[in-house]
Order: sequence, then structure tokens, then C-alpha cells
Amino acid sequence: MAYPKGPAPALPDRHGGALRVDAAKCANGCQDCVPVCPTEAITRSAGRPVALDLGRCIFCAACVDACPSEAITQTGDHRMAVRSRTDLILGDSTKEQVRLAVALDEKLRKLFGRSLRLRQVSAGGCNACEADTNVLGTIGWDLSRFGIQFVASPRHADGLLITGPVTKNMELALKKTWDAVPEPKIVIAVGACAIAGGPYVGHAQVNNGAEAVVPVDLYIPGCPPHPLTILDGLLRLLGRLEEKASPPKA
Amino acid sequence: MSHPESFALLANGTSLPWTEVPEMAIADFVRATAAELDRGGRLCSWFGVPEGAAVRLVAVIAFDADNTLAVGRSLPVVGGYKALTATHSQAHLFEREVWEQHGLVPEGHPWLKPVRKNNSNGNAPAVGEFFRVDGREIHEVAVGPVHAGIIEPGHFRFQCAGEEVLHLEIALGYQHRGMEDALPGGPHRATMSQMETVSGDTTIGHATAYATVLETLAGTEAPLRAQWLRAIALELERLANHTGDIGALANDVAFLPTSSACGKIRGDFLNLTALVCGNRFGRGLVRPGGCRHDLDAERVARLTERLATALADVEQAANWFWDSASVRTRFENVGTVHASQAGEIGLVGPAARACGLVRDVRFDHPAGWHRFAQLPVAVWPGGDVFARARVRWLEIQRSGQFLKEQLAAPPEGGIRDELAPSAPDTLAVALVEGWRGEVCHVALTDATGHFRRYKITDPSFHNWTGLALALRGTAISDFPICNKSFNLSYCGFDL
Repeated sequence: MAYPKGPAPALPDRHGGALRVDAAKCANGCQDCVPVCPTEAITRSAGRPVALDLGRCIFCAACVDACPSEAITQTGDHRMAVRSRTDLILGDSTKEQVRLAVALDEKLRKLFGRSLRLRQVSAGGCNACEADTNVLGTIGWDLSRFGIQFVASPRHADGLLITGPVTKNMELALKKTWDAVPEPKIVIAVGACAIAGGPYVGHAQVNNGAEAVVPVDLYIPGCPPHPLTILDGLLRLLGRLEEKASPPKA
Repeated sequence: MSHPESFALLANGTSLPWTEVPEMAIADFVRATAAELDRGGRLCSWFGVPEGAAVRLVAVIAFDADNTLAVGRSLPVVGGYKALTATHSQAHLFEREVWEQHGLVPEGHPWLKPVRKNNSNGNAPAVGEFFRVDGREIHEVAVGPVHAGIIEPGHFRFQCAGEEVLHLEIALGYQHRGMEDALPGGPHRATMSQMETVSGDTTIGHATAYATVLETLAGTEAPLRAQWLRAIALELERLANHTGDIGALANDVAFLPTSSACGKIRGDFLNLTALVCGNRFGRGLVRPGGCRHDLDAERVARLTERLATALADVEQAANWFWDSASVRTRFENVGTVHASQAGEIGLVGPAARACGLVRDVRFDHPAGWHRFAQLPVAVWPGGDVFARARVRWLEIQRSGQFLKEQLAAPPEGGIRDELAPSAPDTLAVALVEGWRGEVCHVALTDATGHFRRYKITDPSFHNWTGLALALRGTAISDFPICNKSFNLSYCGFDL
């Protein structure tokens, strides 16, 4: 695979990629997109512009279909990993669409930039985020060429990659795993569940995301995120992407 | 009800008014269920329906050779009843589940403990006491919930004498997301997405079962072309997962050519699903009333071409594996489940067919497009790791052939109709042969047509016991290949 030195592989044409919100196009008082969102990722309070939380979004595109004025559109862009939870809230016209993740600070980049060992913890994941994380280790993606590996013990790890909404039943196991990772350590939340509870948001049996239990350093949206989106997030965090080398797809 | 002790018959993908489901006193109901199982029935589902302070039990039984299902229900019960498990072990997890969900005690159940609920601290499942073997030479091995790879959490407790496993007990529940608790009063906004993620690698299987239930309750069916699309997506899902499993088995015996190749080819099949609907796991394709994406002629041509390449690639990778004596000897006579055990515990899917049992929903209980286009049932005797790998390979070939035939002859027409509201006070049943086996969804509506109870049975619910049995007398170092040969779902079990 030529990426990341060459162009990124194309997403499937029906994938849609990240969403874009142009709240200026919303008709006055229009709420058409709000009730169709399965995870209540879209809100619009009176007099305010529409807000779409890409962290909660499962990318079903029901809002794109429902919008009468094309205010919510698909961009085809695979890049959507961020460092701060609020960077996933779209709609504020004074902000960038998605403020893509900046790299770790220099000290951490020196430690992890060319060698990152992660312990994966599935905490209520449906096995799709897990599968598309796993696929990065296959011969096509070849994740180990970046020095990134998944390890069997948290004691050998530099951080956790968490999937699933963090069920109550996995809370203790996740805490213990986190405690077992030596400092300094990072946490990556992959998928709508790990960011905000996904389709299970609000259930008494889940924690609405990893943040409730451990601090999160990188959020990678999707249901599940495409492998390219996950890889983009990991490389961005490590400061391994030259922005010019991976232009967004048209 | 002229035959108070017989069950009502219905076909897959149909419904029955709740009042027409035969009701019996609990002792008669357990006896009648036992009699149906004795005459060749198989327990697809068994669950409670709360009624005031009491609970009714419902049984769904499959008669595979007769292509028919049977349902019955008990009168409302409080407290306890004489367990079916005492005589019919395929009920053992179902009765534990009913006890956990409704507090109804199956008296005489030999191993009554929780299935998936929270313990009193609320931060781990209530796993209870484990079965223990005593003796000076006996040692116990505990594994999980967090495992060594990128896999879901579960806990395995082995009782061993040296290398030999005497007993394995599997404690799950770590993935419990409250799926069934959320469904009464539904469908809700999130229901479709939840159905697509019951077990995320079986999105098409569970989504199709759910859509079929709603279509049945609306008294209609999806347009033929949508049924065709679902049948295609179901086989693409099977191809991706079976290919991944063959690669994973190769990996666990350090046969890297097949492992490396299948890891990639699995992705090629996932990308075919993404070609259909944009998502590699089939999210957003199946909707009640039909499908959200169609295949035009150009896309069918692309799909056909890329499918042929992926099938040729997987054939090559699989042949490396089958032609290697060192691989075959690692799989033969390891992790054997005998056909009699498989029948007794109610195994489904490739795990059952690898014990020589002819059981496949697509063939036995055809609904949707499978009424018009069948696949032969792939069976292999033996019950060992080899047989489970072999059945997967046979199914890859059959699925490939099926897809080639179907893509060449698409039915005409639309892909989605508006659904009428669900019928009130009605019980609907839908079975789908997912890649792991039988996915069973049962819905009961209330007087307004909303869900009163919705029961999901993933094939893993039947099959985890099979993995435990496969380990008996097996070296503990063979656990990984035994586990991969079943490759069961944790989240599908935990709900």
C-alpha cells in the first residue's frame, strides 16, 4: 500500500465518509433531521444552529436523506480523528468542520512516535470495531511498518485502544487493565460506542463511552470506523502524517 | 383450544395471534415441550413473558425435517416449576436466563447460576461459583475477561490434570448492553442500529431476522428484489467470516501462508459488502420493508468480477492448507464433539453440521429469497476441529456458487415498501441461517402493536456449550484451535 507516502486508498463509493454541516442552509425552525437520528446525535434548540455530534454518529445517513436543504452532506473524507471531544461537534459556523487530531507533545512523540505498543480492550463492542482494528495487522495494511503493535499484556503496553460503550460488566476489568499499563500512557477510543455509547447510549447497563472510566487522548468516530480512518488517527497522533501527502479525496 | 397439550405449528417468517398460541398449566407445558423434543424437535427459543406479577413461558421448537416450527406457552407462573433441563440439557442456558430475567426458579436445574447479569457491585458479571474438580494433581486455570488478542471479553475456567482438560466452564456477560431490556414499547429510534450490532459480524443475519419479524407483523413481505439483496449480503457475510476463520485456524497452528492470505481475502469479501451498501459490515442495508441500496447492472458486474477474484484467491489459500499434512494432523481428532452430544445440547450452524447433523435454516426453514433459491447443506462427520474447518470450506464453495448464480439473474422491481403498523397481540418468529448458525428472533406485540417482549437468540447461545464439551479430554494447549474452530460471539450471547 502506497499510503501514507502515496495517496490514501479510496473509500467505498457508498461509504460517505465524514459528515459536513452547513448550518447557514438550515431553514428557520427546521427540525427534520433531529428525530431521524437513531443515537440522538443531532440537536437544535430554539434560536440556535443545528449541532451534529460526530462522536455519537453511527453514519447511517438518515439525516442526510431527511434534510430538505442539503445542510448535512457527506464529504467522502476518511479523516475524522480528534484529540478533544468537543471537536466532534459540528455546526458552529465559526469553527472548522472537524478539528483533526494534532500530534502528541514532543516528549511523548519521542517515546511513542516510532514504537507504540497498544493493549486492545473490547468493553461491549459488537466485534466490528475490533475486526477493523485487527485488519490493520494484515498484509495489506501492515501496521507494524509504523512500529505500532498490539500486545498481549497491559504491562507491555504504552496505552489502550478501547472499543464498545464500556459495559458496567467490563468497568472493573477496564480499570484494572488501565492501572496495569505503566506511565506515561495514552487511551484511544475507537467507534461511536467507545466515544459516546453508540446505539446503546443511555442504557443503564453501559457507561456511554470510555471517558467515564479512563481519560481519552484520541477519538476515532465510526460504526465501525473504516480501517483507513483508524490508521489515519493513529498516524496523526504520532505525528507521522505529512498533511500534503494525504490529500482528502474529492 | 381443542388439544391443550399440543403446540401450534407455524412456518418460519410467519405469525400467530397470541390467543391462538396453545396455553397449558406449567407442568403440562414442560411435559409437552419434553415430548416435542423427544420426537425430534429442537429448542430454538425459550423465554418468559411477564404478566402482572407472574410470568408465562414460551417455547419455540423446530422440526427441521418437517420444515415447520411449533410454539406453545404456559399459563402465568409465580415462584418455580420443575425444570426441563433435568431431562433435556438443551434447555439449560434458557432456564438459567429465565431465572435471571424473571426470578422464576427451574427446580432441579443442575447448575443454576446467572448468565450475564451484573453482580451486586455493578462492575463485573455475577459469575457465581465455578464447578471444581478436587485432587492433589488437579490444577485450575483462569483466563479472561481481557484476552491476549483483539477479541471480545469472556472468562474461561479450566479444571486440568496436567495438560488434560477435565472440565471447562465458560462465564460470560461482560458484553451485556441491555439489548432486550430496551425493546418493550418499541421499535424505538435506536432499535434498528441495535439489531445491526447484536453481533456486529452478523449484521445482515440479525437485521434480516428483525426486518422479517416487522414485515410479518405488518402482514406483508419485502419486495422480491430486496429479499434477493438480503440473500446476497447474507452469503457475502458468510464468505468473509468463514475465510477469516480459516486464516485464524492456520495462524494458530503457525501455518502462515494461509493465515496471511486469508486475513487479506477476508477484507476483500468485506469490501464486497461495502460495494453493495458502503459499510464493510452491512450496516444500513437491511431495513424493515426492504433494503436501502440497490445494485444496478454496472455494480452487479463489478461485484461479480471482484467476487470471482476473491473466490479464486481463497481457493488457493485453502488448498495450501488442506494439502499440508502437518496442518491436517493438528486438526484431526482434536476437540471432538460427538453427534449424539451435538443433538442433545442443540448445536446449530457449522458446528452442528461438522458433527454430521443436517441442519441449516436456509434449507430446512426457507423464508425470503431462500424459498426460491436453495443451497445444499454442507455436512462433514467427525465433530473435531478438522470437521469444523472442512464445513467452512465447503460452505465457502457453496456460497460462492450461489452468489454467481444469483448475480446472473436478479429479479425485477422495487426494493422498499412502506410498512403497515404491526398487528396487535401477535407472536412472530423469524429464523435466519447466519454464518455461525441459527439466528432466532421472536416478537410479541401488545394491544397497540408495540413490542411487549422481544427475544433474540444468537447461534452462540446454543454453541458455547459445544466448545466446553470439545475441551473435555483435550490438551489445554489446544484450546486456541478449539476456540477458533467455533469462533463464537460474546456480544451475541451477552445481548
